[in-house]
Amino acid sequence: MTAAPLLATRNLRKHFSLRGGLLHRVQAVVQAVDGVSFEVHAGETLGIVGESGCGKSTTARLLMRLVTPDAGDVVFDGAPVGRPGGLGLRDLRRQMQMVFQDSYASLNPRLPAAMSIAYGPLVHGVPRSSALKRAAGLLEAVGLRPELFANRYPHELSGGQRQRINIARALALEPRLLILDEAVSALDRSIGAQVLNVLIDLKRRFNLTYVFISHDLDVVQFVSDRVMVMYLGKVVEIGPVEEVYGHPRHPYTRALLSAMPSMDPDHRIQQAPLGGDPPNPINPPSGCRFRTRCAFAEDVCARREPPLGGVPGPLTVRGGLTPPSCSPAHDAACHMLVPGSGHTRAA
Amino acid sequence: MATTPADGALPLLLPDEALARARAGNSYWKNVWERLREDKVTIAVTLVLLAIILLAVFAPLVVWHDPLVGSAFTRLKPIGTERHWLGTDEVGRDLWARMVYGGRLSLLCGVLPVFLALLAGGSLGILAGFTGGFLNSAIMRSMDVLYAFPSILLAIAICGILGSGLGNTILALTVTFIPPMVRISESVTAQVRSLDFVEAARASGSRTLPLLRYHVLNNVLGPILVFAASLISISMILAAGLSFLGLGATPPHPEWGLMLNNLRPAIWVAPMTAALPGVMIFLTSMSFNLMSDGLRQAMDVRL
Repeated sequence: MTAAPLLATRNLRKHFSLRGGLLHRVQAVVQAVDGVSFEVHAGETLGIVGESGCGKSTTARLLMRLVTPDAGDVVFDGAPVGRPGGLGLRDLRRQMQMVFQDSYASLNPRLPAAMSIAYGPLVHGVPRSSALKRAAGLLEAVGLRPELFANRYPHELSGGQRQRINIARALALEPRLLILDEAVSALDRSIGAQVLNVLIDLKRRFNLTYVFISHDLDVVQFVSDRVMVMYLGKVVEIGPVEEVYGHPRHPYTRALLSAMPSMDPDHRIQQAPLGGDPPNPINPPSGCRFRTRCAFAEDVCARREPPLGGVPGPLTVRGGLTPPSCSPAHDAACHMLVPGSGHTRAA
Repeated sequence: MATTPADGALPLLLPDEALARARAGNSYWKNVWERLREDKVTIAVTLVLLAIILLAVFAPLVVWHDPLVGSAFTRLKPIGTERHWLGTDEVGRDLWARMVYGGRLSLLCGVLPVFLALLAGGSLGILAGFTGGFLNSAIMRSMDVLYAFPSILLAIAICGILGSGLGNTILALTVTFIPPMVRISESVTAQVRSLDFVEAARASGSRTLPLLRYHVLNNVLGPILVFAASLISISMILAAGLSFLGLGATPPHPEWGLMLNNLRPAIWVAPMTAALPGVMIFLTSMSFNLMSDGLRQAMDVRL
């Protein structure tokens, strides 16, 4: 894969200020996402995993521009988003859509299913009748008979049906990329599996690219081509799914994967690999953010921040250069992997 | 047609009918209507209200006395007197006529200020709740200034400054009701705005106006209207109070609060007659209150 990525981010950063007190002054800063760079290629599924609070959802909202980044760029199909000469927000949102975790809260309780789906095309100037026709087609595509479900209201539907409608809604603008933010996490295991199958089927049918965000390692392994592991607002490891799951490099990824329940009685989990909660993102640890919970932490980990694999290539603008570090690369941000970093375990 | 199994289990719909029902869908308002129909109290008070409103509207048709003309020979007749079945007041005017005509003014004083406050306060509140930030602070803090006065005091103060009269009463009550109206609509809107479906609508590239129309207004109008309905009774009571104090409707026009005041000295002579306007105020405001309660319950669909 040497083509330019469909979606790329460079040093994306979002810090939320917590204000308080009489004068509304900034009391603390939550470093929700701090310098995140990755690429998504057309047709693949990038899984993003991490504990809650690691910045997965903020990353999704940054990609959609539902929150404005403090710094960094999002480049969609070679065009920088929200920059002069780049891609406008309305155009971006026609090409990139999102499915939210809470299937109930993300549907307007006062609109019937068909209207919820048709709303996007409607506000983009598609006439009402053809928007509704498109909605019926999409209901069919997500496995709901339009004649039964078009006029239903959210409170008349089950969680799985609602999430299917959310997916149909996201597809109504015929986007090229879909962000699935914990899209099946709130569903029952069996219902979630059905919705997952619908998603896989739709991806093939409409040539979609997915960014699949979840805390569920099994699900991510099942759907993803590549996986990105986040910890406290940073990317700690990224690579092809077999590589990351088979040969995890970062100690955090290893800890995360060893916490996966195993179906094989010969491979029982012997001890809890990670204790405690992630540190507060208001005052993250210096250097490597994982060092406070890492069994291999040394002085160097507190002093310097480990780089993520190679240096990220230059921004790829349409017709420009392709960055040297392309998708099959498997990178992890740990001093142990960098020769001469000063860590005793480094080669 | 439903087939009923012999052992009294739940009746099952025939497939055709089930399909037809599913096709039709259950719209929100249809649901509300179905629940309202079950609620006997709400139905009853709504009928009472309808009767009062119809009487006031068609007053000339149900009354055979001039409400403004009295007679010294028929003062303070008791209830059940021939030709004056509700009796007469302290200057011999027919109470039935005054009660019916008084309903016109009293209902107007109850409904119009609330309606005006709904328009002004509702739109201000939705604006504040939807935009947030500086505009929100500006609007809400200026409402807080008005909130500092107890509502009756504010109404009295405004009426006292502007002088008595129906127009001034309505204006005073409107100003009094704007702050609570703004506060309710602001909080409902802010709540709706933070829900995922609004974010999803923004994510689909919607501009602000359709977003407001399809996603925000839809969801905030119900609670705001219910609150407004509950204000009507307060408005009526305040208007009656203002008239009672001599700040509202001017004599000899019939208005329930004013009538209550005028009949006050007669309470020892003809207590039933003197209480009648009070009974009407109580009945009407109670009905509005119970109706808004019933509406709120019926509209609270979170199945």
